Amino acid sequence: MPLLNTLPDYVLTTKTDELINWMRKSSIWYMLFGLACCAIELMHTGGPRSDIERFGATPRASARQSDLMIIAGTLTLKMALRTRLLYDQMPDPKYIISMGSCANCGGLFQLAYSVCDGVDKILPVDVYVPGCPPRPEALTEGLLKLQEKIMSERWLARERGVQEITDA
Amino acid sequence: MEPLQIYERIKQRFPDKVLEIVDRKPDPFAVLAADAIGEIARCLRDDGEFAMDCLSNETGVDHKDRIEVVYHLFSYRHRHGCVLKVKLPRENPVVATVEEIWRAANWMEREIFDLLGVNFEGHSDMRRILMPEDWPGYPLRKDFVEPLEYHGISTVRESPIIRLDQKKK
Amino acid sequence: MYFNYAVLLALTVIGLLFMVAMIGLQKLLAPSNPFKRKLMPYECGEPPTGGAWINFNVRFYLIALVFVIFEVEVAFIYPVATVYLDWVRRGQRWFALSEVLIFLLILFVGLVYVWVKRDLEWIKKVPE
Repeated sequence: MPLLNTLPDYVLTTKTDELINWMRKSSIWYMLFGLACCAIELMHTGGPRSDIERFGATPRASARQSDLMIIAGTLTLKMALRTRLLYDQMPDPKYIISMGSCANCGGLFQLAYSVCDGVDKILPVDVYVPGCPPRPEALTEGLLKLQEKIMSERWLARERGVQEITDA
Repeated sequence: MEPLQIYERIKQRFPDKVLEIVDRKPDPFAVLAADAIGEIARCLRDDGEFAMDCLSNETGVDHKDRIEVVYHLFSYRHRHGCVLKVKLPRENPVVATVEEIWRAANWMEREIFDLLGVNFEGHSDMRRILMPEDWPGYPLRKDFVEPLEYHGISTVRESPIIRLDQKKK
Repeated sequence: MYFNYAVLLALTVIGLLFMVAMIGLQKLLAPSNPFKRKLMPYECGEPPTGGAWINFNVRFYLIALVFVIFEVEVAFIYPVATVYLDWVRRGQRWFALSEVLIFLLILFVGLVYVWVKRDLEWIKKVPE
């Protein structure tokens, strides 16, 4: 039974928050979700020159083993359903970085019939990284911003729960 | 052989199936009758003087009054190519498949079916290839209307130019 | 006299504590939010079709069988290797060596049989 659900409202955590958030931010494992050209820059960001593995972020191929999903590339409507299912199958706590213009707002292909304009139509995004494609340094800055966001979380915040969706 | 010579030779063999020969830059093309594409294609592939063993491209075009299917053929033996077109009515575009003749036509015809709605008779696997299976309509037609939403994801776009003084709040 | 084994005890205790701590901390501190879509079998985003129990190739069973037999053989050789020097000092060198070699020979005959019967090949070539 997680302590999260059983501790009553009058319990505050301060240093525990810091400890847990520090543990979470120092080892964010991201899921390789490269859909289009931004995937190349994602691979470069994990490569030797601008290395995000020094921040603890290592790539995982499976959604079940990752806590960050970097949506790198154009999201088509056909892929959007599968993306939503993959996000649902990630274990909590999970974060999303939307990388590149196509994932932020549809980008270059906004007017196309098959493109979902922005990943925030289906998923709750934490950090948007603009660029087409964003340089590895830009994605690294996005990751560091996400780390700042994680450090400012409160462990006992009830609003962290994810609600179940009921459509297909 | 020059493409125009190829068209003349085909016209000699199938006199009433070649509807027109158009000499236009960059590629002259021949328009064939829709019911003869199967036998003409087989003749083009098997005959020694044409030997068109490669279907480089097969695509479709939607003009306002008709749908055309365009075949680009090439011969590696003789190093010549030609362009054939078939004109189909928009209401029910049906044409015989060339999949048995050139296997490359398998996916190309699936794409034409997916995006333009042309039915290929005799195709082994006629289903959508790019769009999702339950997508309504054929996107590359001129009268295609985008659906407003797909499985709950709205496809309505906000205008990127929203003037702040005109924003209603 | 048994002080040598204190290290082993320490290792076991620390190992158990590690396991308990990791899983215990996870049960206490980690959020748990299961719902139906999350618990669906993972198939890279596609809705899963069909059952997960499929037939697998019998080659894996054969290889595993042969592997287990020879792995157990190696496990039996290790204690012999550790006490061999004691036997040498007692002057029973040839006795120990011949016992071990007979053991190895019996299993070697088995290996030769499997080899000749072509069960070690991943893809058995059918004779024409």
